[in-house]
Amino acid sequence: MSSDKLKEIKQGKENWLEKRSQMKDRDFKFETVSGLPVNDIYTPEDIKDLDYMKDLGFPGQYPYTRGVQSNMYRGRLWTMRQFAGFGTARESNERFKFLLNRGQTGLSVAFDMPTIMGYDSDHPRSLGEVGRVGVAIDSLADMETLFDGIPLEQVSTSMTTNAPASILWCMYIATGEKQGVASEKLRGTIQNDILKEYIAQKSWIFPPKPSMRLITDIFKYAKQYVPKWNSVSISGYHIREAGSTAVQELAFTLADGFAYVEAGMEVGLDVDDFAPRLSFFFNSHNDFFEEIAKYRAARRIWARRMKEKYGAKDPKSLLCRFHTQTAGCSLTAQQPENNIVRTAFQALAAVLGGTQSLHTNSMDEVLALPTEKSVQIALRTQQLIAYETGAANVMDPLAGSYYIESLTDKMEAEAEKYFEEIERRGGVLASIDQNYFQQEIADAAYRFQKDVDKKEKIVVGVNEFVDEDEELDIELLKIDPELEQAQVDHLKELRSKRDNNRVNDTLDALKKAASGPDNLIPYILDCVRAYTTQGEIIDTMREVFGEYKEKPTF
Amino acid sequence: MARKIRVLVAKPGLDGHDRGARVIARGLRDAGMEVVYTGLHQTPEQVVEAAIQEDVDVVGLSILSGAHMTLFPKICELLRENDSEDIKVIGGGTMPEEDVKELVEKGWAAQIFTPGATLEQIAKWIYDNV
Amino acid sequence: MIDIDKLLAGDRRMAARAISMIEDEDEDRQKLLSELFPHTGNVLTIGITGSPGAGKSSLTDALTRQARQQDLKVGIIAVDPTSPISGGALLGDRIRMQEHALDRGVFIRSMGTRGCLGGLARATKDAVKVLDAFGCNIIFIETVGVGQSELDIMHYADTTLVVLTPGAGDHVQTIKAGIMEIANIFVINKADLGNTGKMITDIEQMLDMSSHHNGWRPPIIKTVTTEEKGLPELWNMILTHKEYNETSGAQKENERKRVQQEVQELLEEKIQNQLKLKLSSNGNMWKLVESIVERNMDPYAAANKLLKEFLSI
Repeated sequence: MSSDKLKEIKQGKENWLEKRSQMKDRDFKFETVSGLPVNDIYTPEDIKDLDYMKDLGFPGQYPYTRGVQSNMYRGRLWTMRQFAGFGTARESNERFKFLLNRGQTGLSVAFDMPTIMGYDSDHPRSLGEVGRVGVAIDSLADMETLFDGIPLEQVSTSMTTNAPASILWCMYIATGEKQGVASEKLRGTIQNDILKEYIAQKSWIFPPKPSMRLITDIFKYAKQYVPKWNSVSISGYHIREAGSTAVQELAFTLADGFAYVEAGMEVGLDVDDFAPRLSFFFNSHNDFFEEIAKYRAARRIWARRMKEKYGAKDPKSLLCRFHTQTAGCSLTAQQPENNIVRTAFQALAAVLGGTQSLHTNSMDEVLALPTEKSVQIALRTQQLIAYETGAANVMDPLAGSYYIESLTDKMEAEAEKYFEEIERRGGVLASIDQNYFQQEIADAAYRFQKDVDKKEKIVVGVNEFVDEDEELDIELLKIDPELEQAQVDHLKELRSKRDNNRVNDTLDALKKAASGPDNLIPYILDCVRAYTTQGEIIDTMREVFGEYKEKPTF
Repeated sequence: MARKIRVLVAKPGLDGHDRGARVIARGLRDAGMEVVYTGLHQTPEQVVEAAIQEDVDVVGLSILSGAHMTLFPKICELLRENDSEDIKVIGGGTMPEEDVKELVEKGWAAQIFTPGATLEQIAKWIYDNV
Repeated sequence: MIDIDKLLAGDRRMAARAISMIEDEDEDRQKLLSELFPHTGNVLTIGITGSPGAGKSSLTDALTRQARQQDLKVGIIAVDPTSPISGGALLGDRIRMQEHALDRGVFIRSMGTRGCLGGLARATKDAVKVLDAFGCNIIFIETVGVGQSELDIMHYADTTLVVLTPGAGDHVQTIKAGIMEIANIFVINKADLGNTGKMITDIEQMLDMSSHHNGWRPPIIKTVTTEEKGLPELWNMILTHKEYNETSGAQKENERKRVQQEVQELLEEKIQNQLKLKLSSNGNMWKLVESIVERNMDPYAAANKLLKEFLSI
């Protein structure tokens, strides 16, 4: 824009401000949900330094601000992927089939807490938690049941597993073998992002060093044998759920991503050997524009750093492809039907931000696992956006908005500040050791709660527009407590039927390998094939690797 | 010196969702209480042992794993076995209303704070009931 | 109320309540301590201090493991700062000690500093007596090495460990002099994180310059608690220092000093309380304050006058 035009706008703004400043504003804190202050208006002045080709470009072109594919949703809509799983493998298998029959295009497995933490269902620590927040998987036998009647070459499957990711991934590969599907044909994602566990979600088992080794072992194995698999889904979702701001989510997630890139390169992989299989997972919270700007900034930062700092040559290495889940922490137990509306706005932001796949939360998830009815509404929300709103017609439709572009720049700049601080502290692992991320997130979470308590942030139905005599009248899913015993009985039967000599042999081999330099995946795969349980494999590795200890942070 | 209220904030169960527990811990500290935080993945035995050694007035449990109907009764039972049933057990997390009712009615929890309760309300309850 | 017999027999609840009485400065606490006193004097106290993030809790945890291998009953007093604004405190040291959470041979107590001058050191020392009578053979007292009252606690320990880390910006020159001087043993924890050579040289230089070792020059031990490295060495050094204390007479000498100070403090406290009571009851103070404000009298003469009155009770 010419400087004359800019001057004209500047003058115009001053004139406008003169009138505008005489008007009284509502008593309200005008900032994003994460507390970023926002102006009352944005003009070409705010984006006067924006260089279209350098900063935005076109979809599918560097720096990918406008999207990772050149045809975006005109080619293929995002994958509608509802996270599901509860009870035993049998119940979850039925839920998967229900979702596939209603037009869902990818599967996403939620595991129960014992499975996530590496305990078998009959471990004392598992008591009361088997099948509660996801499906209980103890051995290959459960994984076979979970995908019974679902041909693995036809679906892409996302598995939310981190500390024991290597084991569940091996179970999936072995299930493929049983179905006659070669590992080269398997498509999907394992979350496998241990760094954010130390930072936010806290489902760790081993200390950082051996955990990072397992991840780079997966990188190497995937490159050779499971090339269509996304070997890590670098997750900001949980960072946000733990109470971070949008900028922290953006910065810490990408910093984790760079740490994985460096780890891969340190074990001798070429960056282009594994970077194309890195994917991301973001949250979509209530502040519509802030979220859209966050996704756009994420793509631009990732592309720039991968190219300039890590020397990636393959264009696929530059792509920040991501899955989005609407914000669980934004849902309210009060007036739960309102959650349908919240989720719809959040989902729309994810789509306008160019997500590759999307999970929409069900309205009742703050109270229990979702019922079929509520899951269906959540899925229908995505279909409404895809087919009725017109949001998928035009690529990156908000580009050029003074506000969106200015906010995208702002988020990038704020993220860069965090990268500097992390660097100064000696990198991501050192920052974890110094409790840096944990403390930043805890501070943000506390600030937010104080704001809500003081009504400086309004949560509809909670601190304003409260329905005093609200009676909950939605139906909730009840997990049959008998399922836990059923799963424990299964496991007992398995242990008595399998070839226990083979189990012990595979565990011995794994233990030896864990103390040496070999890639552990083939050893874990052998354990899994012998129906060794997850808990047995984890216990064996724990003997060699030790256990991570929590750091106090408030 | 006046008696200080001591609270144990505990996170039983296998999940790592400690956002609520830590926000509460900090909120009660700011309300003038001494808050002992146990950390994650506590078994009922660990919670009760910590409550006894720390001589707390209140145990606050944050449970989001769905195991509340197992954990609250177990902790109450252990407190009783250790002659410590005077320690009040309160809690919060993801729990359906009928479970909340049952926990309070059966005396397994003195009070359950559902999502949306303010830090001030929780602190006030403790000051009023200790 | 506290059932002394139960406490002496090892009842956890009684010990815990007794410590609360001390912390809350309950009126009956001195009577309680008086009754417990004959049952004390058999415990080894180890002070552990250092800057935040030095890994003190992990070190305490690891040393507890060493002590438990010798079948010693362990008490841990972990002190964290009280917020001066709210008076509340977040006590999170237990988090690092989960391994011992269910071990009946380990008793862990978290304490807030509660901000009172000298009060903390006294409360800690009295808590040590409770745990001593309760049957502990060894007690670890862990505090952040900031503030005088926290340093004071360390004077009650038989052996004081000062924990430093090479990575996190701990530079010997910048660490408060007070904390360096109370060390009987220096521990360089997280020794895998950075260059320990420089740190060792700095400590050695500092020790060269100070002459008051009384025959014990504080040794430097490197540890990595996450990998269990250096812990048997540290444990043995603690025992060596214990032996030195016993054979050199330092033990008795320290004990005398401590007891003398304790009696003196108690006396001061009692006099102070009496004084306060007297001043608040007869109103003489206020009259004098008025005359000082009117410049009819000076504060020094007023104090002398009140002292005379007080002593002539």
